[in-house]
Amino acid sequence: MVTLKDYGEYKTAWCPGCGNFPLLRALKLALVKKGLEPHQILIVSGIGQAAKTPHYLNANVFNGLHGRSLPVALGAKLANPNLIVIAESGDGCMYGEGGNHFLGAIRRNIDITVIVHNNQVYGLTKGQASPTSEEGFVTKAQPDGVFETPFNPLAIAVAMHAGFVARGFVGMEDHLVETIVQGIDHPGFSLIDILQPCVSFNRVNTFKWYRERCIPLPSSYDPYDWEKAMKVAVQWGKEIPIGVIYKNDRPSYEKHFSALKKGPLVRQKVDLSKLKKIMETYA
Amino acid sequence: MDNRCINILIGGEAGQGLQTIGFIFSKGLVRSGYSIHVHQTYESRVRGGHNTYSIRAGVQKVLAPQEEIDLLIALNEETIDRHKEDLSSKGFIIGNADLNRKEKNWIGVPFKTFGDEIYWNTAAIGVAGGLLGLDRRILNKVLGEVLGEEKALKNLSVLEAGYQWLASQSFKWDPLPFISNPSPRFLMNGHEAVALGAISSGLKFCAFYPMSPSTSIAQTLIDWSREMDVVVVQAEDEIAAINMAIGASYAGAPSMVPTSGGGFALMVEAVSLAAISETPVVIVIAQRPGPATGLATRTEQGELLFVLHAGHGEFPRAIFAPGSIEECFYLTRKAFELSEKYQGPMFILTDHFIADSYRDIEPIPVETLSSIRPGLDPNEIESPYLRYRITESGISPRLLPGLSKHLVVADSHEHTEDGHMTENLSIRPKMVDKRLRKGQGLRSEVIPPTFIGEPESEILFVCWGSSRGSVEEVATLLSSSGTKASMLHFSQVWPMIPEQFLHYLEEAKQVISVESNATGQIAHLIRRETGFLIKKRILRYDGLPITPQYIMRHLKER
Repeated sequence: MVTLKDYGEYKTAWCPGCGNFPLLRALKLALVKKGLEPHQILIVSGIGQAAKTPHYLNANVFNGLHGRSLPVALGAKLANPNLIVIAESGDGCMYGEGGNHFLGAIRRNIDITVIVHNNQVYGLTKGQASPTSEEGFVTKAQPDGVFETPFNPLAIAVAMHAGFVARGFVGMEDHLVETIVQGIDHPGFSLIDILQPCVSFNRVNTFKWYRERCIPLPSSYDPYDWEKAMKVAVQWGKEIPIGVIYKNDRPSYEKHFSALKKGPLVRQKVDLSKLKKIMETYA
Repeated sequence: MDNRCINILIGGEAGQGLQTIGFIFSKGLVRSGYSIHVHQTYESRVRGGHNTYSIRAGVQKVLAPQEEIDLLIALNEETIDRHKEDLSSKGFIIGNADLNRKEKNWIGVPFKTFGDEIYWNTAAIGVAGGLLGLDRRILNKVLGEVLGEEKALKNLSVLEAGYQWLASQSFKWDPLPFISNPSPRFLMNGHEAVALGAISSGLKFCAFYPMSPSTSIAQTLIDWSREMDVVVVQAEDEIAAINMAIGASYAGAPSMVPTSGGGFALMVEAVSLAAISETPVVIVIAQRPGPATGLATRTEQGELLFVLHAGHGEFPRAIFAPGSIEECFYLTRKAFELSEKYQGPMFILTDHFIADSYRDIEPIPVETLSSIRPGLDPNEIESPYLRYRITESGISPRLLPGLSKHLVVADSHEHTEDGHMTENLSIRPKMVDKRLRKGQGLRSEVIPPTFIGEPESEILFVCWGSSRGSVEEVATLLSSSGTKASMLHFSQVWPMIPEQFLHYLEEAKQVISVESNATGQIAHLIRRETGFLIKKRILRYDGLPITPQYIMRHLKER
């Protein structure tokens, strides 16, 4: 039996009260609920306060470059589809620096679960605007407020028919754990955008601010209804819907490769007698 | 031995089937027992423009391209106007009879009588095959293999008509000697050899973003991916490509990324990631003239110093620069072996010239080769497992994630032995030293530069990568005509070990570097590493490869 203890307890570099703490706990609870052991999991992250998360639990880890967690996760999943691959990072890493990879991963529908810590601000670099900061949000680097419209990751993902699109909130633990479990269960690309406060740099979108707005989707909601999902995905303001907004049953990317039908690439031997025949075609 | 060569140039527009008939003719020559060397030029466009496919053929090993043309096959009139000055005194021009050209040795072929315009190229090689005395059955067979039986049908009759038409004429040509029972040879270009060398070493994953002239490596891998169980991903950009390869390699699939200078510029941050995370990855940089977009479909050897210094931070690396098709194959294997053993990025520098230069090579006995096996056996690991355990060799135990209970933690931050990020500044120098110690191992495995010639020669040519053939030919030519000349060719350009070659430089009366770049990059590097100054340099940077004639012209000019 896997327990929370198997995933360990570590000292972190986060501020007291950071939204990363409840997210880390929810992630561990979801993995325990799934009965997964640490060595079955690979967590790939980028750079940022959120991207430090994999250092604070027991799992295989690849902590790479800022913005580049998704291509690393894709490569690892293709090399060994038996790994449960989770890509984890913040809104700046995933939607800003890694924007093109975000679009590429959605289109491919690779079977990975993407956990985005979305606090609408840059934490590690001390308080600049992020791609999801709201228009007019004032920071030291944006003293006249943010001029850009915020990036809506969920609307983009739904518009592109991503495999699984969900939003969570760190203030609703059971709901968040259940959403992460569903994301891991989904056989394809799963995006879970998780709202969380940054206690040091975002004085607008606070814990209270999110708690007053986040409302779970009703149990009657059908996530397979794309048109409805588009409407839900753009909803933001007084009410912010959380839960599984959209999903479909597209085959995942790794299913298309003939090489992978024989099992993981890792440990597959080179058939030199086949290569000999290929070489002979050059005669 | 007959050391004559003939140089055939096929010229025309993009879209006239130049490469197809060039390839068929090349294969026909190799199957007839001749050694060949192909040099292709084309413009950065899909239709139109002026492209060439040159085949130099001989009885003995052909090393380099040749500027003088013995047989000009003109698929359009522009080809004649552009290249007639390069025609040798006994050279022939094959072209459409309707052009009514007045050049001596003009072979006006009534192409119209052979069928639609799309068949004229086949008719031309029929005429050329007849002129060269090639066995038509060999060309017939190759045509069928390349075009597929259905498409070949009409072409076969056109080829035959070409042969017959020539037989009815009275052109005098001194053909290459007939070779009876030739031993089988492979016809392969540089990038095919890189791709096949990679597969033979155990490559399982490749990610790429299309860019000339590197794309042909990925394409060759794709062509054989189903048979050889290789996954090839076309990434959204070069940054993604190399990060995918690093992810795949971390999880246990030997990986490669082919790119060119501009694409490699985007990959540089991840080169550094491979170094600190100690993840094997092989990166091929197919050079073309820069800066920036430069000349997309021409050749240059301009990225040596860029690749040597690419990546922030300090870490060891090896850089290979194959000078032949065989070296493209075997050095790619070496890059994979070193990459796995020393757990980091290793580099191969090719260029546009060698990429699509078809040449004949000895068949490679792949069944006798070994393949790499990534990672260690988890049962032989001492506990606790430390991914970055500090060792004397600097090489730490690499396990693959998910294959045992051991957790494999890899990190781009400076990290502790267990892979977790640290700001403990007493650990930092230990980890830097550990990584750099792998450089000692790399230095002990450097392939020495190839020296051909006699010591204390009057001229020693220093070259690297694809310039080898032309330099070797010139050195041999000069030696046979009374000037003692030698060649020193670097097929591994880094690390550089002075003890392996400095005496050659010091013994020669005159040392000349020969490179396809404007600043003499290997000369700079040798100066930096040995203090030896190579003052004389023959450099070419107009986008065309170094030829023996180019070297000879520049030798005389000084």
